[in-house]
Amino acid sequence: MKYILKKAVMMILTLFVVSILVFLAFNLIPGDPAARKLGTEATPAQLENLREEMGLNDPLVVRYLRWAGGFVKGDMGDSYTYGPVEKLIADKVPITITLALMAFVIMTIISIPLGIYAARNKGGFIDRIIVVTDQVVMSVPPFFAGILITLIFGLILKLFVPGKFVSYNRDPAGFFAYLLFPAIAIALPKSAMTVKLLRGSVIEEIGRDYARTAYSRGNDTRQVLYRHILKNAMIPVVTFMGMALADMVSGSIVIEQVFNIPGLGRMLLTSINNRDYPVVEAIIMGISIMVMTVNFMVDVIYRIIDPRIDAVD
Amino acid sequence: MKDGKNTYKSRRPMERLLQRIPFLKDEKYSPFLAAGLLLTSIMLIFILIGLFWTPYDPTAMNRNEKLAGISIRHLMGTDNKGRDILSRVMYGSRITLMIATGTMIVGAGIGTVLGALTGYFGGMADEIFMRIVDALLAFPSVLMALVIVSLFKTGSWEVMMALGIAFIPSFARIVRSEVLRCRSMDYVENARIQGVSDLRIIFMHILPNIRGVLLSSILIGFNNAVLAEAGLSYLGIGSQPPHDSLGSMLSSAQQYMLSNPVSVLGPGLAIIWMVLGFSFLGEGLRREGD
Repeated sequence: MKYILKKAVMMILTLFVVSILVFLAFNLIPGDPAARKLGTEATPAQLENLREEMGLNDPLVVRYLRWAGGFVKGDMGDSYTYGPVEKLIADKVPITITLALMAFVIMTIISIPLGIYAARNKGGFIDRIIVVTDQVVMSVPPFFAGILITLIFGLILKLFVPGKFVSYNRDPAGFFAYLLFPAIAIALPKSAMTVKLLRGSVIEEIGRDYARTAYSRGNDTRQVLYRHILKNAMIPVVTFMGMALADMVSGSIVIEQVFNIPGLGRMLLTSINNRDYPVVEAIIMGISIMVMTVNFMVDVIYRIIDPRIDAVD
Repeated sequence: MKDGKNTYKSRRPMERLLQRIPFLKDEKYSPFLAAGLLLTSIMLIFILIGLFWTPYDPTAMNRNEKLAGISIRHLMGTDNKGRDILSRVMYGSRITLMIATGTMIVGAGIGTVLGALTGYFGGMADEIFMRIVDALLAFPSVLMALVIVSLFKTGSWEVMMALGIAFIPSFARIVRSEVLRCRSMDYVENARIQGVSDLRIIFMHILPNIRGVLLSSILIGFNNAVLAEAGLSYLGIGSQPPHDSLGSMLSSAQQYMLSNPVSVLGPGLAIIWMVLGFSFLGEGLRREGD
């Protein structure tokens, strides 16, 4: 309990630091948001009024507290052109989260059986193929994997129509079907890394004394592997998979562009190009909150599967 | 090896190939290291040739040969403006490599110095610094680079700086923990007793001793830099035309994928080749170290 509490406090502290950095970054850059909002035709008096109205004349600390306070209450400020930010991103969040979760599930399905298989047949022909393929797949940038998938499955095999995104409130089945291929593109390199880690981890645990003891007590390979070895071997892998899930959330920024998915990533890029900073700030904070929540959950799960941590702390 | 003869002959084809190279003759390499050396040197030679000669001018447009497929005249085809993709890949690989190198100089350089100093001196500054590093590490580096680029303008230099800054925390952390480990070792104590200055101890005594860890983190970082740069350029916020990197070539090739599908292969394979070479090198060094 103490451990979880400590991690929760750490997470809130980290979020606080990140929020200060994000706020400072976007508020210290040269350029007047009021002038940007009004355009070039504005008179000095209009500018001054708007500045007062937007609270730009207040000290930085006051502005930070107002921004952060609003954020906690769900008010993320106003876009320069499109009104309240929270309305803008509300229907984008589920898309990005679904994409990341699907990629995570695909990664788990691919990598765990492969990793265990490779470790059990260490040095064999198939294991060698897995090791080399793994290293190659790791080197493929996710967006290039996405392009290849579009080329092969979209244009040649015609399994989906590239660029024709289906909204989840219109056709949920079509929505999942469309997200399947982008999710595979995100999942591939991470799966390769998981396979490598799991393989190494299982091989290391097989050589330990407790595994030998378990064998000598008459258990067969299957039992030793699933009851004893995997429990220990999964510990580093679970940590890595958590980090991978966090990466998938941010990695979807690029993949959304490849497959034309109107998620948070697309919105972020459009807002960066339009210099619509309130939206950029909100999305970045949103993604960081997701990433840090995942990190926190990893810490908690880690504590559950490896109770030895408490002894160290 | 008295008579200079090759005493060790490998059964592995990749190693045999390397052993034909005169000055690598007597060495024994792990297959990963051998494959890494091979892939990386081919890439470097490819880029070096591109410095002096490319089959065509990478910027020369040819209206009559738009979106051509693979042929003897254009080994990787041509793009939507009729430019030869092979020539552009030779040029683009150079840009990508330069940005990745710059990223490592900024990220590994500043990160190492900061990590070494805070790790060695410790105290309050170290405590605060590590909290900030922890916060930044929890923040995805591509996202951080995006923030930095969005604050400035887009371009190769900006991406280099942005990625470099985004990579500082991880290097700072690795170097700090290594320096902490070495700080109380005998050779450092010895140097201190002899009156060697702190800075000299850090940079002349400790850093050379942790070069193994440093080298493998630089190789991994390098790969991440190539991949991140490709991603950012693909999004259109990296290197700008006419200095297209491999990533920006891919984003324009993707738009014409229906009419010329092979045009995405050249730049994409070049990225994979580069990353694969460095990751084999890193893997090989790691195994050699074990």
